[in-house]
Amino acid sequence: MPKDVLLKMVDITKTFPGVKALDHVSLEVKAGTVHALMGENGAGKSTLMKCLFGIYNKDEGHIYLEGKEVNFKSSKEALDNGVAMVHQELNQALKRSVMDNIWLGRYPKMMGIAVNEKKMYKDTKAIFDELGIDVDPKRIMSTMPVSQRQMVEIAKAVSYNSKVIVFDEPTSSLTEEEVEHLFRIINMLRDRGVGIIYISHKMAEIKRISDEITVMRDGTWVATRPAAELEMGQIIKLMVGRELTNQFPPKTNKPGDVYLKVEGLTGMYNQLKDVSFVARRGEVLGLAGLDSSGRTETLESIFGVRTRKEGTITLDGKVCKNRNAGESIKNGFALLTEERRATGIFGVLNIRENTVISSLKRHKRLGLYLSDKSQKKDTQYYIDALRTKTPTQETKIRSLSGGNQQKVIIARWLLTEPEVLLLDEPTRGIDVGAKYEIYQLILDLALSGKTVIMVSSEMPELLGVCDRIVVMSGGRVAGEVDTANTSQEEIMTLAAKYV
Amino acid sequence: MGNPVANLRRRADEFKTLSPKDKRRRVVDGILNNALYILMLIFVIYTATQREQFVTLSSLANLITQVAAYLPMALGIAGCIVLTGTDLSAGRVQGLTAGVSAAFLQRFDLTRKMFPNLPEASVGWILATLLIALAIGALVGLVNGFFVAKFNLHPFIVTLSTQLITYGIILWFFALGGNNGQPITGLSDTYRDAVGGAMFSVDNTPIPRYVLYAILLTALMWFIWNKTTFGKNMFAVGSNAEAAKVSGVNVFLTTMLVHTLAGVLYGYSGFVEAVRSGSAAAATGLNAECDAIAACVIGGVSFVGGTGKISGIILGVVILRIIFIALTMLGVSSSSLYIIKGAIILCACALDMRKYMVKK
Repeated sequence: MPKDVLLKMVDITKTFPGVKALDHVSLEVKAGTVHALMGENGAGKSTLMKCLFGIYNKDEGHIYLEGKEVNFKSSKEALDNGVAMVHQELNQALKRSVMDNIWLGRYPKMMGIAVNEKKMYKDTKAIFDELGIDVDPKRIMSTMPVSQRQMVEIAKAVSYNSKVIVFDEPTSSLTEEEVEHLFRIINMLRDRGVGIIYISHKMAEIKRISDEITVMRDGTWVATRPAAELEMGQIIKLMVGRELTNQFPPKTNKPGDVYLKVEGLTGMYNQLKDVSFVARRGEVLGLAGLDSSGRTETLESIFGVRTRKEGTITLDGKVCKNRNAGESIKNGFALLTEERRATGIFGVLNIRENTVISSLKRHKRLGLYLSDKSQKKDTQYYIDALRTKTPTQETKIRSLSGGNQQKVIIARWLLTEPEVLLLDEPTRGIDVGAKYEIYQLILDLALSGKTVIMVSSEMPELLGVCDRIVVMSGGRVAGEVDTANTSQEEIMTLAAKYV
Repeated sequence: MGNPVANLRRRADEFKTLSPKDKRRRVVDGILNNALYILMLIFVIYTATQREQFVTLSSLANLITQVAAYLPMALGIAGCIVLTGTDLSAGRVQGLTAGVSAAFLQRFDLTRKMFPNLPEASVGWILATLLIALAIGALVGLVNGFFVAKFNLHPFIVTLSTQLITYGIILWFFALGGNNGQPITGLSDTYRDAVGGAMFSVDNTPIPRYVLYAILLTALMWFIWNKTTFGKNMFAVGSNAEAAKVSGVNVFLTTMLVHTLAGVLYGYSGFVEAVRSGSAAAATGLNAECDAIAACVIGGVSFVGGTGKISGIILGVVILRIIFIALTMLGVSSSSLYIIKGAIILCACALDMRKYMVKK
């Protein structure tokens, strides 16, 4: 029986300053099917969804819902038209009750004014019974585990009588049993004729649940096939299969003796458990793994901006306490953070202010004031050395492209004269040309004897730049591979070890 | 930066290349971004045509004197605003330190002195009193800064609390020595002369010494903001506290220091305020922070955080003072004065936020 096309997205294009996030991507979801959307981190899956829900304005393309063109301005509008999303990161009013969250923004009214709590309760209960969810509608959200809160989110989507429901990595916080429950719900929705978009990294799940699979890569559409026709290996190939020629500069660095030792790193408030590895002088060490596998936490724990429960850091035979960023900088560490906007740039400040902030003591004169001249000199040196494209030193950093912002922050760290550079997604949100320059810079740093530890979600990048790769999974070290004789498949397998 | 003339020319050339629609938007943007100054100018011209004494040297001298009195508090609060905070305790701290300064520096021969055993108001004792006033301000600022930095409380809450606490202390202090809550009067001549004595006169209007102090203070603040590690750190914390922490800035210490420095400035302003009013009352300094915050906002110290210049704060204080002087000359009632003040703050904030709004 041929199924009707419910949702059709045609030639969606979205450009951010310096990056083409989506390039003519099309997607068709049929009624009563589960359509898996796959791709590496940064392939453009979430951007595509954000365009659907009006969180981003698409530059080009059309979206049709049941044959009619739609252009949602907000998630609310999408919801009202029967397109719902269950987010990976839940956005809920935690201090409110379950039913408050479900009916938020459309409370049933009594006589047009008072909220009809009774009806809310009854309706919530009805939906929960239908979906087999065992939660008291009056319970406060914050008292429930994440898995149950996610169920509430799903119930909310169902309560809107949604025709299309998007699940964004719904199983990342669920136990096996809960996953089974989720799949029962998804199957039920499918039988009702709902079109489901399912985003996940977990191959086994995808094979089990989906009818069709669309693979994306680098913001482009790669393939759409019936799930039955695709083997796991084929999916991985489609996801990662890109030409590796000339994307990376030649490797010239020669790793020397062991320089940095990390032993038994365990997090106080995160899932890090007994993370140990070594890094050599002049080496580029990669940290691979899925999102939330503990890579960022590892770097931030080493740098002292996350609290350690246990673990020692030894640099050149000397134990480093690294209790806060200031101390780590003194000990010769530098951390380029993952979220450039949130924890990297000072948006309203200019290039110079952004460059010198971590190395102000270099400019101190008579123990009293800061020399403008030497600040200008340092800033100019790195604008030239890193070829940062900026009109002046007084330009506000937020008006630069992502790649140039990144160069400014790298300059900030190089000015602290670090021995160990911890780089978290150093090329995120940067266009291809600038990426090459950053790779070159990383290799040059290693060549000059620095130790570089680099986290990346882009596997070709790790394979192209690193000497060794430590693969993390579920907050632990899942294994270590030598870049010269490994494959993306091996790393992916390791990355899924403790999931 | 470079040559301002060349800069202007470059911008003019750039403007010519724009499409008519873009041109119109650029002009509207330009007007809105400077709306406050444009309105100011129109208003000043209007007042000048209505009241000729508004554009005299004596009026200018009066303006300078008033600016010198209001500037220190604005300079203090500006730091808190740069940190995306605010300070509601400023006025009360000014009131307390005005009271303390007045009580400590009453005329020696006054029959009903609050503290009869205090020494005569010599230069040394005046300086000691100034230090006490500064220390009181610093202490309140320290408490503000501690609770903001340590417990991550919003400065609004913290300074609202210290405002009340300080007022309580004021009431307690004014009841000491049999004073029974009365205004403290009869300030010693040495004290009055040291702060408010005329340095010279312009068009028969004397310029008091505290104008000179205000200039020195402003220069010091400019140095602190622009030339010290602390200043740079302050802007970094205000712009992005998380990034500042990762960059090795001691966010806790910076926040503490900004509030403490602000407190010191309020302490100084109280020391001056007692002389300016000729006495100190329990209500001295009431709502003074409103004027200071308004001046900062008008002068471009944004609540967005991380932006602001000393020159802007001076400009803000000047504009606010001009408006009040003009309105007073035009005979506007005090009720209207408050309404206008409120409207100005609202407009200034709205126009300021407009600059930082992210256009999707």
